[in-house]
Amino acid sequence: MGRVIVDVTLKSEILDPQGQAVLRALQSQGLKQVADVRQGKTFEITFEGAINKEVLDQVEALASEVLSNPVIENFVIRSYEKES
Amino acid sequence: MTIRIGVVTFPGSLDDQDALRAVSYAGAQAISLWHKDTDLNKVDVVILPGGFSYGDYLRCGAIAKLAPVMTEIITKANQGLPVLGICNGFQVLCESGLLPGVLTRNKGLHFTCRDEKLEVVNNSTLWTKDFETNEKIVIPIKNGEGCYQADKKTLDQLVGNNQIVFKYLDNPNGSLLDIAGITNEKGNVVGLMPHPEHAIDELTGPTNHGLRLFTSVIKNLVGISK
Repeated sequence: MGRVIVDVTLKSEILDPQGQAVLRALQSQGLKQVADVRQGKTFEITFEGAINKEVLDQVEALASEVLSNPVIENFVIRSYEKES
Repeated sequence: MTIRIGVVTFPGSLDDQDALRAVSYAGAQAISLWHKDTDLNKVDVVILPGGFSYGDYLRCGAIAKLAPVMTEIITKANQGLPVLGICNGFQVLCESGLLPGVLTRNKGLHFTCRDEKLEVVNNSTLWTKDFETNEKIVIPIKNGEGCYQADKKTLDQLVGNNQIVFKYLDNPNGSLLDIAGITNEKGNVVGLMPHPEHAIDELTGPTNHGLRLFTSVIKNLVGISK
């Protein structure tokens, strides 16, 4: 079994009101030093069998076309083999 | 000649029935299209209605853009087919790349439902010929993710090409440049967050201003537009 993780984060110039609300929640709980919070998403994609370059290339294409919107988001792909 | 206007229903569409009714009310033949359709049933015009297609999962409109019906709509829209995206439909158009930019969570995080004052900025699109430039109109909004964002280059292009169609007079959601609706460069594709299909008769809406989007496209197709 192989797993690919796609982390999608908002570009720095994009307004993130959800992150701002979380920031205020953290500060209200005593975490006064917090300067900023940006909220993103993570996709954990599990494959049958090992991950080869072809799969990774497909994931990369779909991360840019489907999992993220390049107008507002960046993504990073991580992959690792998992004990089945 | 009767104009055939198709309204697409995705899983989670809410305002498809009101859009179909607005089309009939404006004098065209209303045709229901289904998200799995691969053929547009000879329609002259397509409307992507409001709602929460696919539950707004992933991003608003992101899964709808992959629906089978969108393949033909994207191809035909690039060839000049008139397309209107309302609210979630606007989000689908942005995700599909038919319109630039993206709609994100409202600045104040509130779902906003109210009658909205708008200014008509561009009355040269297929959908706005029945308005006057700088005309003030009132059409309801109801959305949680209506904050229009794009990079500076895109915003400059929108202004330079006169692609901003409607602006908020009292910006409800943080949209950049007070953008409520935009068009593509050709002027055949328009997307807006307010709901013109909810403002076609003063009996059931705040005004009848929204009806003019539908009459604009119909008049244009039958060749009697100004």
